[in-house]
Amino acid sequence: MRNGAQGRIWTKKKPEAEAGPLLQVEGLGKHWGARIGCAEVDFDLYPGEVLGIVGESGSGKSTLLGCLAGHLSADAGRIHYRGHDLRAMGEPERRHLARTEWAFVHQNPRDGLRMGVTAGANVGERLMAVGARHYGAIRAQARDWLGRVEIDPGRIDDRPRAFSGGMQQRLQIARNLVTGPRLVLMDEPTGGLDVSVQARLLDLLRELVREMGLSVIIVTHDLAVARLLADRLMVMKDGRVIEAGLTDQVLDDPQAAYTQLLVSSVLQV
Amino acid sequence: MSEGYSFAYLDAATKRMIRRALLKALAVPGYQVPFASREMPMPYGWGTGGVQVTAACLIPEDVLKVIDQGADDTTNAVSIRRFFERTAGVATTTRTTEASVIQTRHRIPEAALTERQILVYQVPIPEPLRFLEPREAETRRMHALADYGLMHVKLYEDIARHGAIATSYAYPVLVEGRYVMDPSPIPKFDNPKLSGCPAIQLFGAGREARIHALPPYTRVVSLDFEDHPFVPSKADAACDLCGAEASYLDEVITDDAGGRMFCCSDTDFCAGRCAAGHAGRLSEGRA
Repeated sequence: MRNGAQGRIWTKKKPEAEAGPLLQVEGLGKHWGARIGCAEVDFDLYPGEVLGIVGESGSGKSTLLGCLAGHLSADAGRIHYRGHDLRAMGEPERRHLARTEWAFVHQNPRDGLRMGVTAGANVGERLMAVGARHYGAIRAQARDWLGRVEIDPGRIDDRPRAFSGGMQQRLQIARNLVTGPRLVLMDEPTGGLDVSVQARLLDLLRELVREMGLSVIIVTHDLAVARLLADRLMVMKDGRVIEAGLTDQVLDDPQAAYTQLLVSSVLQV
Repeated sequence: MSEGYSFAYLDAATKRMIRRALLKALAVPGYQVPFASREMPMPYGWGTGGVQVTAACLIPEDVLKVIDQGADDTTNAVSIRRFFERTAGVATTTRTTEASVIQTRHRIPEAALTERQILVYQVPIPEPLRFLEPREAETRRMHALADYGLMHVKLYEDIARHGAIATSYAYPVLVEGRYVMDPSPIPKFDNPKLSGCPAIQLFGAGREARIHALPPYTRVVSLDFEDHPFVPSKADAACDLCGAEASYLDEVITDDAGGRMFCCSDTDFCAGRCAAGHAGRLSEGRA
């Protein structure tokens, strides 16, 4: 079976057993015609590390994330995931990688969920896509994951439409994490949620990240979210990284003029 | 045979185009080959795909049988049979064993098919992923990458909602371990007959302009779960006319007081059994 053969390439090891960066990005660029989407982005992401990408709307955050996830094709630079060149990788292999090793959490859960099928099927889809063919086992795992993201497992046969916004977002996270990925890409995961729901979601994310040893790239314009989750921070403006460093360092002692402006624009309650 | 038509209605160039598609479909079992489907003198949904495939396959020596839901005497079957009687002048029959080309809508005959026969299916929607993934570009990519997890999401939903796989017709199959195929709306009772069949099986979808095919002795597996295996189901009864217990049955309402009877959906099979002296519940007086 095709998937089986590919599965061997991506052998599961404990994240800490592996030295060196999980993801290496060098000189990544994407142009939209004459305009810069993002340009000359370099960074390394190590296992278990959470990298925040902040910046105003239109600064290239989502373009960068799209290039990393393979949704967009970059036109310059190199992306290496555990030594494999992603830009040279074939579509079947990348799809397999995307549903076993990676996860992508969309800002709008409707983009990431299959709204026409039940919560259980949403969580089980990735399992079935990589070859799970035992209904009982798939269901047990779906139930377990609903519990882990604080959704009543009794609602396994409800459609996502019947869920609140916060629950839909948690369901999307469960659906993504069920195959035990190593790298999670998140695009504004708390966008559109009210603050109390946001706080619960962030709490949950923090716990899952620590428990599963996930590496995360989280794109957000909310500095508080970045402060809470991210170990390191990259600030983007006009498609380029203008400042990078430890989160506390960047937020407490911003060097670039734009970062200073960004930090000082946060509303205080 | 009517004057002024090419043999079997279609002109030679069109037949050649369809035959090329058929050969490609046979070379890649289960793969949907696009073809330039023609307007036929009947509405879409009445078997325009099947008729084009049949027309492209027929030779003057052929004996044609046409069935609709197993029956030789329903509107669709009668009119297509007459169409080819008039435009091709071929012999026609209702006997499965005597036919060399059988055009079918929604059934596989009960009698075992042989290597000298061609079975032509009328297909409304050839794409098994259609109701799961509406984008044609995406479904084609999924076929190309054998990315079929979504098929099992559908079966999962069936079990979650109904307690069992409730899909009872157009049940998806995996062809030679590669392409997932919609076998046209045959009841899942017929699915096992698709596999290892000695006859050539051709599927034509006129409106969707697709042809797919199963060469003889192709391995066809119905999709299922390990703990919910595929079950080829039929009504739990015997035919009331011929007493057959292993054939696919139609249920017929006989009055407005709950009265009903079952009879073989394959009329030729049923008539053959009756002629051979078999009798069912309602045929006692006659037999």
